[in-house]
Amino acid sequence: SLFTFPAECSISTADGSALVKIGNTTVICGIKAELTMPPSDAPNKGYMVPNVDLPPLCSSKFRPGPPGEQAQAASQFIADVIESSDLINMEELCIDKSKLCWVLYCDIMCLDYDGNLLDACIIVLLAALKNAQLPEVTINKETDLAEVDIQKKKPLKINRLPVGSSFAVFDDSIIIVDPTAEEESLSTALLTVVTDEEDRLCAVHKPGGTSLSGEKLQHCINRAITRNKEISKLVGKVIESKTTAK
Amino acid sequence: MVRSKNNDAYMSATRGLCMRSMMELDQSCSNLREYGSEQSLLSKPDGSSTFVQGDTSILAGVYGPAEVKVSKEIYDRATVEVLIQPKMGLPGVRERAREQCVRETCEAALLLTLHPRSSVTVILQLIHDDGSLLSCCLNAACMALMDAGLPMSHLFCSVTCAISKEGQIITDPTALQEKESRALLTFAIDSVECNVLMSSTTGSFSVQELQQCIAISQKASEQIFQFYRDSVKRRYSKIK
Repeated sequence: SLFTFPAECSISTADGSALVKIGNTTVICGIKAELTMPPSDAPNKGYMVPNVDLPPLCSSKFRPGPPGEQAQAASQFIADVIESSDLINMEELCIDKSKLCWVLYCDIMCLDYDGNLLDACIIVLLAALKNAQLPEVTINKETDLAEVDIQKKKPLKINRLPVGSSFAVFDDSIIIVDPTAEEESLSTALLTVVTDEEDRLCAVHKPGGTSLSGEKLQHCINRAITRNKEISKLVGKVIESKTTAK
Repeated sequence: MVRSKNNDAYMSATRGLCMRSMMELDQSCSNLREYGSEQSLLSKPDGSSTFVQGDTSILAGVYGPAEVKVSKEIYDRATVEVLIQPKMGLPGVRERAREQCVRETCEAALLLTLHPRSSVTVILQLIHDDGSLLSCCLNAACMALMDAGLPMSHLFCSVTCAISKEGQIITDPTALQEKESRALLTFAIDSVECNVLMSSTTGSFSVQELQQCIAISQKASEQIFQFYRDSVKRRYSKIK
């Protein structure tokens, strides 16, 4: 379960993109920003719509057709992490209260599935958001229409850096960090812990499986906290190298 | 219909399962809403139950062990399928995520290797949502599985904790309390060792708060397991 550097990629048609490889698991994310009306229950906020796609390309166990349970559960998990960790200030995405706001469609697609999907999705989402540039939008007072200035682009302000760590549990005795697909299929339970840079927990996701004792759980959380520091340093280094290369 | 009385926080002798000392637990008491359950109310499913927590109500039906589609069959054990039907509309992404949690918890509890190439289907119909929805789903599923007579290695129950903005921990929150909370944690606890089977959280919280919530959930689960025992005892004591 090696971790290689997240390689920068550009999907030129997207507003932000990133590609991440954790061992053999390869995940790509493209962010498209569109203008829309804000939802009526939060008129001063924009929103993000994450979608995780597991095409038949990435593994033989996924069949073509509508998204399966794993893809939908992963999409819901990413949406919960975005909300729990307060990743970006949704008020910043609002341009004109109750009239216009940004909606960020984050499409995460797995190209090669070798286990540990959730960690890779969180890292790729973070990297793509750091890479994203949104054009400036002004409302013309006379025509009341939005004017988008593609020449002026601003990056998004990211508040927190959530990083996930997944573990495969075998009968509460052996815990494997960063499991591959083979290890996942043989495990009796899977656990994902998402921490942010202030050592606060954003998610403790264990969808069933065999029970885990308190000390083992604490052990996993401590490991997740150390992993957070390693990965945010790595992502920061790559983003920095890309901006200096420009 | 078997109903429990609403217990105030009690500090009876515990089995040393709690991680924090008795004094600290006293402040955040495990106060569950009034809960009740009814079994064998539907005629077609092999097992059925309702579970009511305050105003939240779920109806569960279990079919199994039954035939399974060849594409879904597993050669050495039963295939568990869970369907959660919302009150309105079709099941969406949120229901799928809940289904995954319920399915994996049931898979761990059931003795699936006794029924290879078969299916166990758990259908949960949401009747009313007033907070602690995932917990109620899990409790209803467990009661329905018991009613169906499916062999299980242990029982499970679920407790939801909400952490308010001031840091107070509320167990079994209502929908209003959930909306005003800063974090929401749902745990499924097993009946044999009182360990965490399933954990689903939203919102951010510290490690200490997590440990506190787990300890409170383990305490509260004792009440629910006692309720399972009482309701089954009452039901089978009539059959001679």
